[in-house]
Amino acid sequence: MSDLRADKVSVAFAGLKALSDVDLSVASGQIVGLIGPNGAGKTTLVNVLTGFQAATEGAVRLDGQPLSGLKPHEVRRRGIARTFQGGRLFRDLAVIDNLEVTGVGLGQSRAAALAEAEAMLDWVGIAPLADRIAGTLPYTDERRVAIGRALMGRPKFLLLDEPAAGMSAAEAQDLSALIRRIAGEMGCGVLLIEHNVGLVLGLCDHIVVLDSGATIETGPPAAIRASEKVRHAYMGTAAETDLPVLEAGLEVEA
Amino acid sequence: MGGLMQVVFDALSLGSLYALGALGIALIFGVMRLVNFAHGDVIAFCVFALLWPSVDAVAIIFAGNLPWYLLIPFALAVGAGLSVLSEVVVFRRFRRANPATMMIASFALGFVIRYFLLMLFSSRPKSISLLPELSQPVEILGARLPLLQLITILVTITVLIGLTAFLRRTRFGLEMRAAAENFTMARMLGVRANRVIMGAFALSGALAAAIALILGSQTGTANIMMGASVMLMAFIATVIGGMGSLAGAVIAGFALGAIATVMQVILPPDARAFRDAFVYGAVILVLIFRPQGLLSARGTKERV
Repeated sequence: MSDLRADKVSVAFAGLKALSDVDLSVASGQIVGLIGPNGAGKTTLVNVLTGFQAATEGAVRLDGQPLSGLKPHEVRRRGIARTFQGGRLFRDLAVIDNLEVTGVGLGQSRAAALAEAEAMLDWVGIAPLADRIAGTLPYTDERRVAIGRALMGRPKFLLLDEPAAGMSAAEAQDLSALIRRIAGEMGCGVLLIEHNVGLVLGLCDHIVVLDSGATIETGPPAAIRASEKVRHAYMGTAAETDLPVLEAGLEVEA
Repeated sequence: MGGLMQVVFDALSLGSLYALGALGIALIFGVMRLVNFAHGDVIAFCVFALLWPSVDAVAIIFAGNLPWYLLIPFALAVGAGLSVLSEVVVFRRFRRANPATMMIASFALGFVIRYFLLMLFSSRPKSISLLPELSQPVEILGARLPLLQLITILVTITVLIGLTAFLRRTRFGLEMRAAAENFTMARMLGVRANRVIMGAFALSGALAAAIALILGSQTGTANIMMGASVMLMAFIATVIGGMGSLAGAVIAGFALGAIATVMQVILPPDARAFRDAFVYGAVILVLIFRPQGLLSARGTKERV
C-alpha cells in the first residue's frame, strides 16, 4: 500500500499565486478526482506532483519520503506516471515504439521493454494498433496509447490530465471502464483531472475542488454534488462551458 | 545505352556524396536543432589528418600510407572524435540557446578548424594519392567508370541500410528517433539525452570522414576548402528534404546529384559553366511549392 501526498503545496509565478496551501492525497487503488474551473491550478498541481514544477512552499511525499528536487524522469522511476493534455506522443514513431522507448527510459532492457509494451497494448485493448504511426491515430486511440505509455513499468500512481477532453459520451464510458481497471486490477492510485464533471462524479472515490489555486471543497461525490461553494465557483465563470458541463453531470448522476 | 548508364552512374555517385553530407547535417539537426556549418570543415580535417603538417605542395603522407583496412577506420575515428569533441567543448554549452545562436557558434567552430589547418598546412592545395587502386576503370552495363565511383555508390547504399537498421533495431536508435522528434519529452521519460546527442555527433563525424575519403581519392588533392562545396549542397539537401527528416535529406541529396548531372549533359556548352545557377534555380522552385521541404519533420520547436 502506497500513498502519494501533497502537503500544503504553494506555487507562485512571479508573485502570482497559482496554488496556495493545497493538500491532496491518493492511495493505492484509489481514484481521486481533481476538478475546478479553468485556471484553477489543476495542471500546476500535477506538474508539482511529477517534478515538472518545484513547489514554492510545501512538499510532495511518496510513502512519507519527500520528492522535492527530483527531476521528472526520477519521479517517474519512483512510480509516479502522468499523461499530458492532448496526449503528446512521439508522433513519427509507431505506437509500439512509443511504449518501448518509455520502458527503455525507465532502465529496462530492450527485450524487456518490448515484451512489456506488447502486453500493455493488449491490456489497454489496442494491440491491433501496435505498428501504426502514432501521429495518424484518431484522437481517442491516441489517448489510449498515452495511457498505455504512462502505465509502462507498472507505476504506483497515474495522474491523468484531461483524458476525456473531446470524447463522445460513449468513448468517455470506455475510458471510465479503463480507469476502473487501472485502479482495480493494477492497484494503481489514480488522480483524474477532468472537465467532464459527470465522469469524475461517477468514477472517483474522493474529489478535490480547486478554484483560483485554493482548495474550496473536498469529499466524496455526494458531498461535492451538494456543495454550494462548488456550484458558486462554476457559476462564477459562467461565461465558459463549465456550467453546462456541471449541470449535465449533475443530471446524469442524480 | 552506355551513355545513358554513364549519366545514371555519375548522378548516383554525385548524389551519394550529397546524401552522405545531408545525412550528417540532418542527424545533428534532428536531435539538437543545430545546423552545423562546421561539418564541411570536419570533412577537410579528416583528409588532412592523414598528412604530416607541412606547407609544401606535395603532401607528406602520414596515416595515408596505411593499408585500407586500417586507413578507413582511422579516418572514421578521426571524424567521429572531432565531431564528439566539438559537441563536448562547444555545442553542449549552447543547448538552451536559440537555433540562430547555435548556428553562429557552428560557423565560428568551422573557422577555428579551418584556420588551424591553414596554420599547419597553408592554403595551397596539396596533391595526395589516396587509395590509388580505386582509380582503375571498370565497365558495367556499357558504362566505363572508375572503381571509386562504383564503391562510392555501394558504400552509400550500405551506410543507408546500416543506419536504417541501427535506428530501427537498436535501443540507441530507438532513443535517438524519440529524441529527434521531441527531445524534451524523451528526456522526461528518462532517455539518456547526452548519450543520444553524442551518438548523433559521432555518426555525423564518421559520415564526414567517409566523404573526406571519397573526395580525397576522387580529386587527388587536399584543400582546406574541400568540404565547403559539399557542405553547401548537403545543407541545401537537408532544407529541401525537410529539416531533420533523414529520409528526406537522402532523397534530396540524390535528387540534387541527379539534377546537377543532367544539367551538365543537357545544357548547351556555353551555359555549362553556370550549371550551379540552374541547380539553385531548381532548388528555389522546389521551396516555392513546398516551403516545409519534401518530407517535413515534426516537432521542430521543443528543445531542452
